[in-house]
Amino acid sequence: MQAPVQKPLLSVQGLVKHFPLKKDVLGRGGGVVRAVDDVNFQVLPGETLGVVGESGCGKSTTARLLMQLIEPTAGEVLFDGAKVGSRDLPLKEYRRQVQMVFQDSYASLNPRLTIEDSIAFGPQVHGVSGGVAVARARSLLAKVGLEPTRFAGRYPHELSGGQRQRVNIARALALQPRIVILDEAVSALDKSVEAQVLNLLLDLKDEFGLTYVFISHDLHVVRFISDRVMVMYLGEVAEVGAAETLFETPRHPYTKALLSSMPSMDPDRRTLVAPLAGDPPNPINPPGGCRFHPRCPKAEAVCGQVVPSRKALALPGVTQGVACLIHEPGSGHTLAALPTAQEAA
Amino acid sequence: MKPAEDTPALVDIRDLSVAFIGGRAPVKAVSGVSLRVRRGETVALIGESGSGKSVTLRTMLMLHAAKRTQLGGQLSVDGRDVLAMNEAELADYRGKVASMIFQEPLLALDPVYTVGAQIVESIRRHEPVSAAEAHARALKLFERVRIPSPERRLAAYPHEMSGGMRQRAMIALALACNPKLLLADEPTTALDATVQIQVLILLRELQQELGLSIVFVTHDIGAALEVADRIAVMYAGRIVEEGTARELIHAPRHPYTIALLRSRAHGAMAKGQRLVTIAGSPPDLSKLPPGCAFAERCRWAEDACRTQQPPAVEIAPGHRARCLRTEATSEAPSPP
Repeated sequence: MQAPVQKPLLSVQGLVKHFPLKKDVLGRGGGVVRAVDDVNFQVLPGETLGVVGESGCGKSTTARLLMQLIEPTAGEVLFDGAKVGSRDLPLKEYRRQVQMVFQDSYASLNPRLTIEDSIAFGPQVHGVSGGVAVARARSLLAKVGLEPTRFAGRYPHELSGGQRQRVNIARALALQPRIVILDEAVSALDKSVEAQVLNLLLDLKDEFGLTYVFISHDLHVVRFISDRVMVMYLGEVAEVGAAETLFETPRHPYTKALLSSMPSMDPDRRTLVAPLAGDPPNPINPPGGCRFHPRCPKAEAVCGQVVPSRKALALPGVTQGVACLIHEPGSGHTLAALPTAQEAA
Repeated sequence: MKPAEDTPALVDIRDLSVAFIGGRAPVKAVSGVSLRVRRGETVALIGESGSGKSVTLRTMLMLHAAKRTQLGGQLSVDGRDVLAMNEAELADYRGKVASMIFQEPLLALDPVYTVGAQIVESIRRHEPVSAAEAHARALKLFERVRIPSPERRLAAYPHEMSGGMRQRAMIALALACNPKLLLADEPTTALDATVQIQVLILLRELQQELGLSIVFVTHDIGAALEVADRIAVMYAGRIVEEGTARELIHAPRHPYTIALLRSRAHGAMAKGQRLVTIAGSPPDLSKLPPGCAFAERCRWAEDACRTQQPPAVEIAPGHRARCLRTEATSEAPSPP
């Protein structure tokens, strides 16, 4: 499905975001939160890239960086080969093509606009005439399963959570974008409503030929909707791969632990020992070497000293890339293969 | 692990109803819930938002504003009539007989006292012990809930702890006076996956070590299956199905339970396949229909379902479903 030659629609290179911390009155503190540290990945046209990880792993910061809602500390985002924010691709033009849906369906809608006006607002900013924009809003409302004659004039507080999230999806599509970034877009919904919205997302993707970046902490949902999945830990990418391969044969010890932390769904085969102890550490002072090594069941001394290579993560067309010394020949980890002759040279 | 059938019930709820008044129309959050929890048993109440699961749980500790709440039915815990208690009796009951852990420990713990001070306060409120003795007990509790370097953590403020650690501290606080009943309101929902499983395993171990009864409220079937002996599924203020965890997952009989299990984006689902959804949304609790509240979303509904409240049908000993069509639902394909 992913031929190696396929040109990525979105390409992220060396993305870094550090948030400086305020010093206290005595000048102590300071330091930085390393929310995203050297993240590289690509999104291929027409695919759904799932992004998973625990709180503080940088998945939402990555989404905000993709939208340029916050300035990256370093690194760049290329869209269709052009650098975002350059003369070839001004920010306004980029944002027309890349839209986002947030977790909180209520906070992301203007309470003083009817939902029809909310959806029509974006296109009007981009020069579509009022009449055309409203017509488009109505047709999108119908597409997301909200009958325009009943719903167009309503305000956000008159809708249920699932209906509001449908409005947010319709608004994201109003600019006819090529990529939609969904940041925990179904996490706040009840299970039965979540299923409806997931089905809707699948239908819309087919109909409009969309590409999704789907961020969630729910592994079942990510597996269901994604073609490829990227696993993040403490601001870095731990593993990336085709969804089925990654879920069936995880290679990074963190991915393995994350997957086996999922409830078993079988009262006769309950999990007896938690795969990991403790909480994810704070991204203010991340551990050196591999950031996962203090919690890793396979960690050795070398893991605290050597940063695993990220080369394997960003290669186009690979089915599974992992940043772990165990999978790096010649890394010095006892489970790693010896270096091949050409790598040693 | 399974308590014998004849173990006396610690919690006995009969036909409990809870309505919130003061709005335009009373909101019937719970209408006629009956539930028994035996000593040493873990029961999970599952359902979606507005199903009445948290309201039922909070009523067991009488946490609703008395002025705006209409209560009906009976609720006894350890032989005491909870609905009839006055404030002083409630203060003795809370923490000593039954205590609760909440979804968000940062909001439930007092930010201006150390967690150690809060545990000591709770112990000394209920038992005539010295501060030093209470402190020693707090330390033991922290060891029991497996908080690393417990002595140092007792002196920490809630904001200085990580999410998983705070939830462990709240469990320690809830267990401070050796209650018989632990009420857990979505205790793992706000936690990360790798931490959630640790807390679920901890609850299971504590239940076995201390012989606690636990009522565990969650919207996450996976979490419920990990800890519960029995599961009660709630919809629109009623328990629509109740049975052992095994029966519920392998042989659900209420249409809502069946639909809920099938609508999950579970790992075993084939890619590209559409999810089975439940059309529509839950009913407005201030305008409940006379018949089964699920009828308008139910594929098996008949006219009779819309006019009368379905009685609880006993499918197997201890496995009950409130549905008129349990004959038909037995032929539904089992959930993936």
